[in-house]
Amino acid sequence: MTRTTDTPPPADAVAEGPAPVAKEPARGEREKKEGTVLNVFSHGMLVLWAFMVVLPLLWAVMTSFKDDNAIFGSPWSPPDRLHFENWARAWTDADMGDYFLNTVLVVGGSLLGTLVLGSMAAYVLARFDFPGNRLVYFLFIGGMSFPIMLALVPLFYVVNNMGLLNTLHGLILVYIAYSLPFTVFFLTAFFRTLPTSIAEAAFVDGASHSRTFFQIMLPMAKPGLISVGIFNFLGQWNQYMLPTVLNTEPDKRVLTQGLVQLAASQGYKGDWSGLFAGLVMAMLPVLAAYIVFQRQVVQGLTAGALK
Amino acid sequence: MQHGKYRFIVGFLAIPLGLYALFVIWPFVQSIYYSFTDWTGLSPDFRMVGLDNYARMLDDDVFWKSLRHSLLFALLLPLVTLGLALFFAFMINVGGRRRKGGPVISGVRGSSFYKIVYFFPQVLSIAIVALLFAFAFNPDSGAINSALRAVGLDGVQPLWLGDPDLALWCVMGVLVWSTVGFFVVLFSAGMASIPADLYEAALLDGAGRASTFFRITLPLLWDTVQSGWVYIGILALGAESFAVVQIMTTGPGGPDYSTTVMVLYVYQKAFRDGQAAYATTIGVALLVVTLAFAAVVMRLGRRERLEY
Repeated sequence: MTRTTDTPPPADAVAEGPAPVAKEPARGEREKKEGTVLNVFSHGMLVLWAFMVVLPLLWAVMTSFKDDNAIFGSPWSPPDRLHFENWARAWTDADMGDYFLNTVLVVGGSLLGTLVLGSMAAYVLARFDFPGNRLVYFLFIGGMSFPIMLALVPLFYVVNNMGLLNTLHGLILVYIAYSLPFTVFFLTAFFRTLPTSIAEAAFVDGASHSRTFFQIMLPMAKPGLISVGIFNFLGQWNQYMLPTVLNTEPDKRVLTQGLVQLAASQGYKGDWSGLFAGLVMAMLPVLAAYIVFQRQVVQGLTAGALK
Repeated sequence: MQHGKYRFIVGFLAIPLGLYALFVIWPFVQSIYYSFTDWTGLSPDFRMVGLDNYARMLDDDVFWKSLRHSLLFALLLPLVTLGLALFFAFMINVGGRRRKGGPVISGVRGSSFYKIVYFFPQVLSIAIVALLFAFAFNPDSGAINSALRAVGLDGVQPLWLGDPDLALWCVMGVLVWSTVGFFVVLFSAGMASIPADLYEAALLDGAGRASTFFRITLPLLWDTVQSGWVYIGILALGAESFAVVQIMTTGPGGPDYSTTVMVLYVYQKAFRDGQAAYATTIGVALLVVTLAFAAVVMRLGRRERLEY
C-alpha cells in the first residue's frame, strides 16, 4: 500500500540513474546477432499490441461519422463527409442525452456517498480498538471476492420491497454498498499510515472525535481519497451488471445499459450510425479524462493491487 | 482519547455498515437459504424442498456447460493475460538494448507511450468494449471479415460469434484485449521498484534476458502476479464475463449454449425464466468455484517471501 504515499520512481527514472560501475562484458558475435533478432521480435510485438489496442477505437470514431450504407457496405473506408447529424440524432432521438444525465447523477451521488461513508468506516476501523473491530473489517473485505450475481437475485426483491427499484436514488444506495468493500479495505490501510500525533493534539485541545475526523484526518487523507475516488469513479461510471438487474425502466437507464439496449432493440432496421456515435460519445470523456489525469488514474487503479 | 469513544464509533459505523448489511450481506445469506426452496421469484410463496435444486443442477446439461466455460475462463484467461502482460512489461522496462556506457537496464524507446496506450481499454466500460467487438465480429459487414476480404482472403470468412466452435474464443479474446493493459502497467510499477544492482549483478554473471527474467524479475514480482491472478480470475468468473457473453453472443449464451457461463445462467434463470430458487443454487455453485479458485491460487502460489 506504499503506492499512495511514496511512489516508486517510474521506469525511466531508474534507467537514467547513475551510470553503472560495471563495464559491459564482452560478448560473442553470435550472441549479438541473437540479441538483434530478439529485439526486432519483441519491438514488433509491442508495436503490434499498441496497434491492436488503438485500431478498434479509431475504427469506432471513424464509423460514427459515416452513414448507414457506408457502415455496412465498406467498413474500412473513411467517411465521405463528416456526418455530424449522427451525433445529434444519438444525443436526442436515441436518448443518449438522458442516459448521460442519469449516469452523471448516479455516479455523482454514489461517488460522494462512497467516499464519505467509506472513509468514516475505514477511519473507525483503522484507529479505534473495540470488540468486533476485526469482524466488521473482514465482513467488509469478504465482499470483494464474492460473486455479486449471487446476491443480486434476492437483492432485486429487497430493493423492490423498499420501493427503490427503477429509481436513481435506489441505484445510488446499491452502488455505494457494493463499492464499500474495496474502499474500506484501501482507506483502512491508508489511515493506518497517517501519523497519530496531530489527531491526538487536536483532541487534547478539545476537538470532538468527529471534528477531528472531518477537519484534520480527512484533509490529511486526501491522496488516498483521490486514488480510491478515481477507482470508484471508473468502476461506477462503467458499471453494467448492477443497473441491468436493478434498473429496467427505459427512461432511468444509465449509459452502458442504454447503449446495449439500443443495440439490441435496433435489430436490422436500426440506426447504426447513431449507435456508433453514442458509443464514441460514451467512450471519449473517459478516455480524455484518462489522458489528462494519466498518472493519477494509473495510481488509483493499481493502488489496491500493490502491497 | 476515551471520552465519548463508543458513541463516536457507533455513530460512524452505523450507516455504512447498515447499508452494507442490507444490500450486500443480507442478500447473500438469503440466497443461500433460497437455494433450498422452490421460490419462483414471481410470487412470495415458497416451501422448503431440501436438496432438490442441487439434484436438478447435477442433471442439468446447460449447468455443466456453463461450469466448463467458467472454469476455462478462470484458468486460461489469467494464463494468457498475465503471460502477455509480463512479456510486455519486461520489454517495456528492462528490454531495452544494452548500450555501451549506458545504464544497466533500460526500457525500450517510447516506453511511456506504450504504457499510456496499453491502458486505454481499462478505463472503458466492458459493456462498451463488448458492443464494439460485437460489430467488429459481424460476419457480413464487420470490420474483421471485411479486412480479411480486403487482403484477398475471401475464402476465410468465419461466422465468429455465430460459430459454436469459435464463439467462446472470440469472447475470450475480447476479455484478453481489455485486461492485458492493466497488468502491463501494474507489473511495470512492480518492476520499477526492483533495485537496479540486482540486474547489474546478473549482467556481470553473463545472464541473458531470458534468464534475467526468470531468475530475477519473475521471483521478485511473484506477489503481484499472484494477487493479479486472483483478481482476474474473480473477474473472469463474475462481472466481466457476464457483460461480454450477455452482450456479444446470441441467445445470449451463444449458439447451442457454446458460450454460456455460470454468472449468465444465474441471471437468466432468475430474471428470464422465473426460477429464482434454482438460480441461487447455481449461484452457490459459482460461489464455491470462486472461493476454491482463490484458495488454490493462493496455495499453489505460496513461496518463500523474498525481501529486497
